[in-house]
Amino acid sequence: MLTNNKPSLAVQIGGLPLRNPVMTASGTFGYGEEFTDFMSLDTLGAYIVKGTTLEPREGNDYPRMAETPSGMLNAVGLQNKGVEYFISHIYDRIKDFDSNLIVNVSGSSPDDYGEVAGRLARLSNVNAIEVNISCPNVKQGGMAFGTTWRGAESVTKAVRKAWPRTLIVKLSPNVTDITEIARAAEGAGADAVSLINTLMGMAVDVERRRPCLSTVTGGLSGPAVRPVAVRMVWQTAKAVKIPVIGLGGICNGADAIEFMLAGAKAVEVGTANFINPAVCAEIVEWMSEWCVRHGVSDINEIVGEI
Amino acid sequence: MKVVRDFLLSANVELTPRFSLLTFQGELPEGIRPGQFAQVRIDDSPTTFLRRPISINYADRDTGTLRLLVRRAGDGTNHLCDMEPGSSVNMMLPLGNGFRLPDQEGSRPLLVGGGVGVAPLMMLGKELAGKGIRPTFLLAARTADELLLLDEFRGIGDVLTATDDGSSGEKGFAHQHSALSGSGPWSIIYCCGPAPMMKGVAAAAKKAGVACEVSLENMMACGLGACLCCVEKTVRGNVCVCTEGPVFNINDLTW
Repeated sequence: MLTNNKPSLAVQIGGLPLRNPVMTASGTFGYGEEFTDFMSLDTLGAYIVKGTTLEPREGNDYPRMAETPSGMLNAVGLQNKGVEYFISHIYDRIKDFDSNLIVNVSGSSPDDYGEVAGRLARLSNVNAIEVNISCPNVKQGGMAFGTTWRGAESVTKAVRKAWPRTLIVKLSPNVTDITEIARAAEGAGADAVSLINTLMGMAVDVERRRPCLSTVTGGLSGPAVRPVAVRMVWQTAKAVKIPVIGLGGICNGADAIEFMLAGAKAVEVGTANFINPAVCAEIVEWMSEWCVRHGVSDINEIVGEI
Repeated sequence: MKVVRDFLLSANVELTPRFSLLTFQGELPEGIRPGQFAQVRIDDSPTTFLRRPISINYADRDTGTLRLLVRRAGDGTNHLCDMEPGSSVNMMLPLGNGFRLPDQEGSRPLLVGGGVGVAPLMMLGKELAGKGIRPTFLLAARTADELLLLDEFRGIGDVLTATDDGSSGEKGFAHQHSALSGSGPWSIIYCCGPAPMMKGVAAAAKKAGVACEVSLENMMACGLGACLCCVEKTVRGNVCVCTEGPVFNINDLTW
């Protein structure tokens, strides 16, 4: 008799069921459509699209990127055409991929965040939003709300009022105690927290004697940050009851499993998309094989095993 | 359609200590245009994390041949230039928009290249010649020794040269060459090279009222328009060089 021994990778984040725990990190996957030549988006648990703000933003001046050991710095500064442009020009193009569409939301005041969330709430195919209180590359807002529990609470509350579906709050690692911020988001109504956003960093061109980035400092991502991220996920998963989504330098299936063992219910893959545009599909495949090798029939069994 | 796949390095010729010509064999996608580029993954180089965007020097789908002209600019490109034939190299291609070719047979295009910027002009020149349009190349380098692939360019069209030290052609930078003084016979100017040279060529083209396209090489991460790192300021605001370029009409730039 044939038995179906394919392990179940399905997980649930708030009210949102995912076919597997793998999502694309905002800002590294465009609007999804940039990657369809390389990968079918139906292999993803969800695709999280670029940070969207109330007004259009031009972002920071070039240069915005510097390669660093096992990673990169960026200082894009939330370049996007604003929520109205997203609704009128982008949403229709991307709303029917067979996966969960999650929009990342940013702002410079709690009201801004709430307003964007409210407008997105009218789009039925936006299954969740991820609130970015952790962008290190903008002068106002962004990370400012993610470095104090009061800031995290005020933004989460404002969005919670305007957004009826699954609400994820994306946390900054540039804090003394990330669990304090996570608890504030949980208390204000977040359905999940995702972490970590980029670590503040800096690089200098010693020949030109100038900073590599126009903004001097930027956000570090890639495998270089992974041990920091795993540690913070482990701490946070023990401090909150809502699901923790882990990200930071995930490049392969083993990295994803590492985060789940440390307490992540799901993961996001970011910078690795730049090097291998089909990496997310490969990660899902590898996780499934890992489960078979380890006799795990349901991926939820391993969450927070450490 | 863009693809990401392995190619076999079939030949690696060191043209000068700073420049190498790499020839690859593999299955090429349809419709590669002059001016497009490949994102080359550099394996086994501990200090190289991201892919390297390299202009396509020549591509022939029928024979599965792809050529890249590479300048040693750092660890990543050094590693690439040092690779032995028989090695496998993963590339994502074709990326970017490419040059817009003229329709009229009577066109007189001038193709200006400086340093490794001559790379995309080979495929562009060959496509123009294939349409019955004879290109004129203005090729510039530091010295005569660093004028790359001269014989092959001479097989396609007329070749003018400029060198910093005067060892070949006119002494000076490409944009100071007499071919660009006055209005000249040119119907369009295509240009790729260091930014100061391209700005000089763009200024000369504007003054002469000649259409001009330049190919930019801003630092990139993804090459797909996802990360928004390689942006150039244009009259439409910041746009990605990897998807809306690398080739721009100079009227769209804020130079």
